[in-house]
Amino acid sequence: MMALKGIYAEYEVQRLNHGIGFFTAAIELMLPTYGNELGLKGKICKNWALNPHPTMIPAIEDGWVESIHCFGGELGMEDYVAARSDIFFVGPDGTLRSNRCYSQTAGHYAMDMFIGGTLQIDRYGNSSTATANRVAGFGGAPNMGCDPKGRRHSSRAWLKCGMELGSREDLIGNMPRGKRLVVQMQETFKEKMDPAFVEELDAWKLARNANLDLPPVMIYGDDITHVVTEVGIAYLSRTSTIEERMDAIRAVAGYTEIGLEADDRKTQELRERGIVKYPEDLDIDINRANRSMLAAKNVKQLVEWSGGLYNPPSRFRNW
Amino acid sequence: MALRELNFEYRTEKPSRIEFGMHHYGVVGSGDMEVIMESMDLGGAVKVRVVTPVIGFDKVWEKVLSRFVNDNSLADVSIEINDNNSTPVIVSMRLRQALQEIKSGMK
Repeated sequence: MMALKGIYAEYEVQRLNHGIGFFTAAIELMLPTYGNELGLKGKICKNWALNPHPTMIPAIEDGWVESIHCFGGELGMEDYVAARSDIFFVGPDGTLRSNRCYSQTAGHYAMDMFIGGTLQIDRYGNSSTATANRVAGFGGAPNMGCDPKGRRHSSRAWLKCGMELGSREDLIGNMPRGKRLVVQMQETFKEKMDPAFVEELDAWKLARNANLDLPPVMIYGDDITHVVTEVGIAYLSRTSTIEERMDAIRAVAGYTEIGLEADDRKTQELRERGIVKYPEDLDIDINRANRSMLAAKNVKQLVEWSGGLYNPPSRFRNW
Repeated sequence: MALRELNFEYRTEKPSRIEFGMHHYGVVGSGDMEVIMESMDLGGAVKVRVVTPVIGFDKVWEKVLSRFVNDNSLADVSIEINDNNSTPVIVSMRLRQALQEIKSGMK
C-alpha cells in the first residue's frame, strides 16, 4: 500500500519491471483493489517487461495493462497468454514470443522503474543477494537496477525522479535530466530474525572466499532511489549527501542495529522534508494492510480470474 | 522450546490515562502473537510481561515496547504478550492495532 501510494502514484510509473517475490506479487494483486480505490487505473502500470506472472491475471482482466513483453515463459500460462494476444506478444499459433535479449534491453533503457526485493542492504544503500557461499538472483537485477546513462528519451516518472535528485546540480549544473526509479522492498527482519540491514554485506565474504576482484553487488547505493520497508519509504533520490542518505536508510531500518542508530530528531526532519515517509505521512491506515486487499487470495482464485485458462502446475493445486 | 518471561516497566513524560477495562487482540500463530491489555491503577506506570521462546533480543523488546508506550503516552496499563517468534515489526504493529481497536471501541 505504501509503495502504490508513495511511489507508483506519486511518480505515475507506467513502464516497469517487477522482480520475483511476495512483495511485488502483492502489489500486482492490489491493483484491482487498492489501485482502483486510489483511482490509478490508466495512470500507472501500463507497459511491462515481465514474465507472464499468474499474479498479473486480475490486473489484466481488470483492464490495467496495455502490454507485457516477456523474458521467458511461465508454466501453466500458455492458454491464458494465447487468449490475451492483445496484451502478450504471441506468434501466429498463439504461443508466447518471449525474448530475453529484447526484454533486457527494454528493461535497461526504456523502463521507468525497477522494483524488487533483496537479501541485504548496507548502511550506504548497496544491496546484494549474495551469501557467503553462493550468488543468486542476478538474472535481470543489475541491468534494471541501475540508471542507464545512455537514456535520452523522457517520461514523466523518469524526469520527476531525476529532477529531484539531490546531487544533480553538483554534477550537471542547470541541465534537466531524468533518472530511473530503482526501488528495493525489504522487511527489516527476514525469517529466523536475520536482519536485512547489515554492517557488511555477505557479498564481501563471498568475494574473499571465491577470490573475486570485488564483492558481487546487485544494486549500488548510488543507483537505488527508494527503499521500502514495513516502517516506511526512504526517498534516497531526494538526499544530497551520503550522510543524509544514511540517515534516511536508518529511519526505515526499524529495530535492526542500523535502524537503532537512527537519530529521532533527524528522522523527524527528514519526514518534514518528504525524504522519509511513514504510513501516517501517506495517510495509510495500517489496519487495512491485510489479505483482504488481495484481488486473489489463493491459486484457485487466480484460475477463476483467468476464466479457467490458467492451468497451474500440480504442486500449486490444493483442490 | 523453553519459554522465557520478560518483564518491563515504563513511565512516560506526559501520561494520558485511558479507561477501557480489558482487551484482547491477536493470535499466537507462528511468527505472530497475542496481546492482552488491561487498564488498572499502577501509579501511572505501564507494566509489560512478555512470554516468548526468543533468546537474545531482550534489548530489542525493550526498545519496541518503550517506543510504543512513549509514542502513545500510555499510563496505568498492564500489557501481557504471548509471543511465538514475531519479528519486531509484527510486535509493534499488533500493539498499535490493539490500541486502535481499544480507542475505536471507546468512541
